[in-house]
Amino acid sequence: MSTHDHPAYYLPPPSRWPIVGSIALLTLATGFILYLAKSAAGPWVMLAGCLILVRMLFGWFGNVVQESTAGQFDGQVDRSFRWGMVWFIFSEVMFFAGFFGALFYIRNIAVPGLADADLIWPGYPGGWPTAGPGLKESFNPMPAWGIPALNTVILLSSGATVTWAHWGLLAGRRWQIKLGLVLTLLLGAIFLVLQAYEYIHAEFTIRTGVYGATFFMLTGFHGVHVTLGALMLAVILGRVFAGHFTPRQHFAFEAVSWYWHFVDVVWLMLFVFVYWL
Amino acid sequence: MHTATIDDSAHHDEHPYGLMRWVTTTNHKDIGTLYLWFSFVMFLAAGSMAMLIRMELFQPGLQLVQPELFNQLTTMHGLLMIFGAIMPAFVGFANWQVPLMIGAPDMAFPRLNNWSFWLLPVAATLLIASLFVPGGAVAGGWTLYPPLFIQGGIAYDMAILAMHILGLSSIMGAINIITTILNMRAPGMTMMKMPMFVWTWLITAYLLVAVMPVLACAITMLLTDRHFGTHFFDAAGGGDPVLFQHIFWFFGHPEVYIMILPAFGIISTIIPTFSRKPLFGYVSMVIAVASIAVLSFIVWAHHMFSTGMPLGGQLFFMYSTMLIAVPTGVKVFNWLATLWRGSISFETPMLFSLAVVCLFTLGGFSGLVLGLVPVDIQLQDTYYVVAHFHYVLFSGAAMSIMAGVYYWLPKWTGHMYDETVGKWHFWLTTIAFNVTFFPMHFLGLAGMPRRIPDYAMQFEGFNSIASVGAIVLGLSQLLFLYCVVKCIRGGAAAGDRPWDGADSLEWTLSSPPPYHSFAVPPQVR
Repeated sequence: MSTHDHPAYYLPPPSRWPIVGSIALLTLATGFILYLAKSAAGPWVMLAGCLILVRMLFGWFGNVVQESTAGQFDGQVDRSFRWGMVWFIFSEVMFFAGFFGALFYIRNIAVPGLADADLIWPGYPGGWPTAGPGLKESFNPMPAWGIPALNTVILLSSGATVTWAHWGLLAGRRWQIKLGLVLTLLLGAIFLVLQAYEYIHAEFTIRTGVYGATFFMLTGFHGVHVTLGALMLAVILGRVFAGHFTPRQHFAFEAVSWYWHFVDVVWLMLFVFVYWL
Repeated sequence: MHTATIDDSAHHDEHPYGLMRWVTTTNHKDIGTLYLWFSFVMFLAAGSMAMLIRMELFQPGLQLVQPELFNQLTTMHGLLMIFGAIMPAFVGFANWQVPLMIGAPDMAFPRLNNWSFWLLPVAATLLIASLFVPGGAVAGGWTLYPPLFIQGGIAYDMAILAMHILGLSSIMGAINIITTILNMRAPGMTMMKMPMFVWTWLITAYLLVAVMPVLACAITMLLTDRHFGTHFFDAAGGGDPVLFQHIFWFFGHPEVYIMILPAFGIISTIIPTFSRKPLFGYVSMVIAVASIAVLSFIVWAHHMFSTGMPLGGQLFFMYSTMLIAVPTGVKVFNWLATLWRGSISFETPMLFSLAVVCLFTLGGFSGLVLGLVPVDIQLQDTYYVVAHFHYVLFSGAAMSIMAGVYYWLPKWTGHMYDETVGKWHFWLTTIAFNVTFFPMHFLGLAGMPRRIPDYAMQFEGFNSIASVGAIVLGLSQLLFLYCVVKCIRGGAAAGDRPWDGADSLEWTLSSPPPYHSFAVPPQVR
């Protein structure tokens, strides 16, 4: 057997990016702790951590892009990336599953339990939405059939446009990739703007008992994921303009579109369980 | 079974020297070594805390530490042992062994592998630094329960962020291991030909990816309850502290198997080698590991029977817990059947493995006892629980790690370890372990609560015995350190295959193996 029978799996040389990433996270965590301890330096240390992190991401992904465009990745490396992305998205699914689990537990077990505990919380009726028995707060929950329904349509359409861009990539129609990605990014941006509008005009806060807590935690983490997804789409768009990706080799594009679809599905769950029911 | 490989180690193995080699490395063996040393340092640190705890408990009254520090020590001991010692040690084994055993050149994502490791010192720094901040380290127990965890000082934020970083490291490490196993196997190495150790790690990695994000979600809610005004765990706002326990144990129970399945893998590798027989019931072993993993998701509430759950819930979680005994029993049966009529020899790794089979089974049995609702409500938070989980975590996980280190040291270093020192380490560890933890069963049954620095007079006898055992147990680990360092520095040449019963792929390579393990994939038949 010679080496030519099995093209060697690409093994990167020693890299300094991981340790830069560790330093970034240590800085970020230290800054966050200082911020929580009400130190004025906190936000600045956090900013430094973020900048180091961004530098690391550019450096690290830059290396990967160079290796990819230099043709160093074979089919086996490509399969590794696919498995890696699949399991990463699975871990994200479990992250949201934890918060949805908390929502279901609060609605079906915690709140009814408090309503039954007449000796401790006399007269608390329970029900949903609620700010809990001890806060004595009146608020208006977020209606489902206004902005949220519109946002559902927007995000679902963005899933369609990113798929349309992918078809363009497969067929080698560069204009279609660019147009599809630009549309997707636009729809994502509109979604985020509408979400920000909704937050600003919400008639409750994250302090409004379990309703406010679950609402802002779930939609907030979703919003962070949409923002990350949009940033990744922007990077992909930049790479398309730089002439990257071929109909045969474009896993970065696919990974980001998988991620975008995942964010879509989470939104559907949010719309049903946080806004509607 | 396997054919030898063509050694092509000249393939791009240049790397920096000195510190930068270890900081920038993308090599699975270097990273495995880093993991194992990190884990050993944490083992000594957390072990010293345990010795301090036992010294305080040598007799009733407060001698050495105040209750505040005592609680910090028990909490930090738990966190550091679980997240700093046991889990990284197993990831170290995975790094060293998985590519060697499946015939791969390295892990699937070598750079990510480096990051997974180098996040650990970051998290350890945050945790250990928290001992020195105003208010002291976290003292609410390793389970991080609110409301205690919501009331503490800045150390609690440091611990939460450290856990986030540890989780990130574990998830990235697990994704790497799964991808390596699914995509990097040598031609002919089908899933059902993989060594048992690789199977156990595949399933462990799956559990990690599934539950570490859930832990992240639980501690994120702690953080927002602490600082951003949410009421997840506060009844006044409609929340419930028990909610935290549900989410935590949804992570926590699979976590238990994350710490024991790789141990099963190591034992399933060593026992056949020194019995000179193939593993009995390989297929049933794979099915057993998979069923343990599946069942681990539906038993979590047996950690919280005394929180007041409906009868139906208690029954469900009790019976599902009992069910786990079935696949575990299959495994123990298969190990015994492997030994049956084997041509057995008793080198140090085998001694450790046999001790694990006996002592882990004992810990499994006390787990069954605790799984019974009426008994559990009696024994909740007593020393019986402490005895139980040290029998599964020390004599299950930690002693398997020691077994694995002795077993693979000759392959990793190229030298044989000192068998005499190894045997001394084994006997001292095993005897001192039992002296330490066996009396805790009696203490728990007699009603001594855990996590207290002082206790009633009638518990003194067993506590003194346990403390003596703990000091011996702790000091004997220095023999382990001595033996490993001696082996790294020299010793009789090990040869490619020092154990004549060993037949997995790593033994076809030189000892120590070339820098990139299998530059050309071996053909497995």
